[in-house]
Amino acid sequence: MTQKTLTHLQRLEAESIHILREVVAEAENPVMLYSVGKDSAVMLHLAKKAFYPAPPPFPLLHVDTTWKFQDMYKLRDKAAADAGMELLVYQNPEAVERGINPFDHGSLHTDMWKTEGLKQALDKYGFDVAFGGARRDEEKSRAKERVFSFRSANHRWDPKNQRPELWHLYNARKSKGESVRVFPISNWTELDIWQYIHLEGIEIVPLYFSEPRPTVIRDGLMLMVDDNRFPLKDGEEPVMRSVRFRTLGCYPLTGAVESTAKTLPEVIQEMLLTTTSERQGRAIDHDQAASMEKKKQEGYF
Amino acid sequence: MTDPIYKTDALIAEDIDAYLEAHQHKTMLRFITCGSVDDGKSTLIGRLLYDSKMIFEDQLATLEADSKRVGTQGGNIDFALLVDGLAAEREQGITIDVAYRFFATEKRKFIVADTPGHEQYTRNMVTGASTADLAVILIDARKGVLTQTRRHSYLVQLLGIKNVVLAVNKMDLVDYDQAKYDAIIEDYTNFARTIGIQEFVPIPISGLAGDNITSRSDAMPWYTGPALLPHLEEVEVNNTAEQEQPFSMPVQWVNRPNLDFRGFAGMVATGTIRPGDAVRVLPSGKTSEVARIVNFDGDRDLAVAGESITLTLKDEIDCSRGQVIVAAQAPLEVADQFETTIVWMDEHEMVPGRAYWLKIGTQTVSATVQHPKYEVNVNTQEHLAAKTLDLNAIGVANITTDREIPFAAYTENRDLGGFILIDKITNATVAAGMIHFALRRSTNVHWQATDITRDDHAAMKNQKPAVVWLTGLSGSGKSTIGNILEKKLARMNRHTFLLDGDNVRHGLNKDLGFTEADRIENIRRVGEVAKLMTDAGLIVITAFISPFRSERDMVRSMMQPGEFVEVFVDTPLEVAEERDVKGLYAKARSGQLKNFTGIDSPYEAPANAEIRIDTTAMTAEQAADAIIARLIP
Repeated sequence: MTQKTLTHLQRLEAESIHILREVVAEAENPVMLYSVGKDSAVMLHLAKKAFYPAPPPFPLLHVDTTWKFQDMYKLRDKAAADAGMELLVYQNPEAVERGINPFDHGSLHTDMWKTEGLKQALDKYGFDVAFGGARRDEEKSRAKERVFSFRSANHRWDPKNQRPELWHLYNARKSKGESVRVFPISNWTELDIWQYIHLEGIEIVPLYFSEPRPTVIRDGLMLMVDDNRFPLKDGEEPVMRSVRFRTLGCYPLTGAVESTAKTLPEVIQEMLLTTTSERQGRAIDHDQAASMEKKKQEGYF
Repeated sequence: MTDPIYKTDALIAEDIDAYLEAHQHKTMLRFITCGSVDDGKSTLIGRLLYDSKMIFEDQLATLEADSKRVGTQGGNIDFALLVDGLAAEREQGITIDVAYRFFATEKRKFIVADTPGHEQYTRNMVTGASTADLAVILIDARKGVLTQTRRHSYLVQLLGIKNVVLAVNKMDLVDYDQAKYDAIIEDYTNFARTIGIQEFVPIPISGLAGDNITSRSDAMPWYTGPALLPHLEEVEVNNTAEQEQPFSMPVQWVNRPNLDFRGFAGMVATGTIRPGDAVRVLPSGKTSEVARIVNFDGDRDLAVAGESITLTLKDEIDCSRGQVIVAAQAPLEVADQFETTIVWMDEHEMVPGRAYWLKIGTQTVSATVQHPKYEVNVNTQEHLAAKTLDLNAIGVANITTDREIPFAAYTENRDLGGFILIDKITNATVAAGMIHFALRRSTNVHWQATDITRDDHAAMKNQKPAVVWLTGLSGSGKSTIGNILEKKLARMNRHTFLLDGDNVRHGLNKDLGFTEADRIENIRRVGEVAKLMTDAGLIVITAFISPFRSERDMVRSMMQPGEFVEVFVDTPLEVAEERDVKGLYAKARSGQLKNFTGIDSPYEAPANAEIRIDTTAMTAEQAADAIIARLIP
């Protein structure tokens, strides 16, 4: 009899595709949250595989903060078009009106654009299930979150009241008003993601590769001056440095690393030889160890 | 501390392309570690993460700081803190039930299901074990085989994990004494045999000191087997056993982008499949042949167990989500009654007779669980008599589904033999179960087709059959309304029958009391009788408190669509108690009567009753007229 040993990426891929299909079969109105980062790119690629030859039978939703890197907006529109999927872009109107930005408003920026924006968008379109590209290896609160993670009518997560998940069986039944966040790539690690991107030739934002970019160093983070909304302080002068990004978010909140990695293998090489964890470049986690846990309970994805 | 041998691969720096090529062929091992906090489980997992270089400098800095502040190793690195989380986090009251950790070596990617030991242990361990290829059972070398060891081993065996490692930990604390180790192994071997664990790999280790973790320890020259990590890297997890079985795949999603394409998507549970293979769809039994294995990167000529695929068939046959595609010459059994092992996972105990959703493969059906045949004491494996199963209890019970489903014994096929039960009201996952076998009854009792149909019966009586289900508190007026209603219908020449709660308990249901389980059985029997009467063409009126929503819904689901008319006789408790026609409320209040609805047993008011009667605003006559208006428009 023919035998075939599945590799770790094949097993991860099969599990993710199974989860994506299970949601589409059981949800009324699913959506995929698309943040344009590498994890989103992998999740979208898996969705294309899961439903081939049909396009994935749900739209993409980008909860926009207006402060993403320009390169991200470009790839976002292209990726949606390539997949033959509808792209919904949502911006919290109150944040637009009040001109909320990361320079003047601190944590209110994340709260209003992302946390509130996401709740508003899900309510507006009546989505009952939202796919997210979070991974369990990212930090401690993710490690114990289920693949199917339920939110109350006001979008709160209750970590004490999670459903057990056995075998390949996911209980997708929800009570009135509840919605579900589903994380198809829960069991992937950062290295798995990079290897898969390499193996499958998935297009990612050029910001992951090193280029000379205008940067300033502020509060220990190396920030890229991506457009002229970046308010320079006295004596601050953007310096061209050869940098790239390990994670992508709002450009004023995302630290770059100096690097010479211009190709995917070089990026992976650098990642494997590096000695700091991925989230270190994100300002959001710096406050305290349990900050993500709190944010999630409040409704942050 | 031994020097980790798992240094970063030199290839990464020298030839990244060669490294990536090599790593595309890594396999994956999912395992669970079993042991309580004192066995050094967290320390061992922390050690594995550390030794396989999964700890980054910033995390290490945090770890070192935390070790000094709250560590238990006198300022040395406390590996347990890597997995246990911070004290501050624990103080927030966040229960860690099952956490998944990841690490990789040059040969394998590992996913560890980490289930810290506390009172929820059974539920969490069963959850973690359900996806594991291997289990590491930890024993403290100073303590030997404990009750907990037996419990963990029993659960590992129950979930069908074939690869078992017995890690005898803390060898450093017994001076690496071979005699102590040998005694433990002998002890465990004797026990393992009694619960059906045939094989296991014993390894003496010290998670704290790092002995026999990544490489053979010099401290125990008498041990000649593999160190733990090399064993985890080498152990066979190619899903050979699954692949050698006949093909089976639950259909998850029917892919129909246009009229010319109909693909059946799912994860292959067992076996292998190629274009041209003959297949059968269950439960219909229709056969066809695989046309293509459709894939994003071009069609494939082979797919195996564990892969998510899309098949097309040569013939246009009916096949939808929940059905199972199998090898034509090796069909699965199809049945609707099973003996199963059930692990109860909810704080509300199991209610025998109540209908739950049962999800198996990609199918969800309605199912009732009967009284357990016995409960298993997880510590001693003794069989105990039990009326129900509480949180974390494990028992053997028969299950009846509302339709026939294709299945396999759990020991042969995890995907088509393992199921979950879901509460119909709360939607919580309340139990996990494993099918042993189908009961003969279901294959031998066939439905007898009759020539005079229910439509004929109804036509002869010139009426449309119905069940008027009166529900409400004791003393709300159900029997009074039911009686008037029947008289009025009789005057209109309708053929009716009134089933009254008190009367039925004198005969048909004489053997039932007033516990939750008995009340459910009471309603189930009445439902079955009412169903037979509607088949005979009658208009059935029932007057039962029927306090639980799920049982009323169960009866509703037995009837033909539109034939069940739920009438909520809505009388406030104060009013019913004030009336107290039979003097029952007084008895209940004084404690002479237990489980009395409204007093010490709940009444779940209907949310979507067809008719609601407000008895404080309507006479019984008016109520009967309102029901007739609905029944005979």
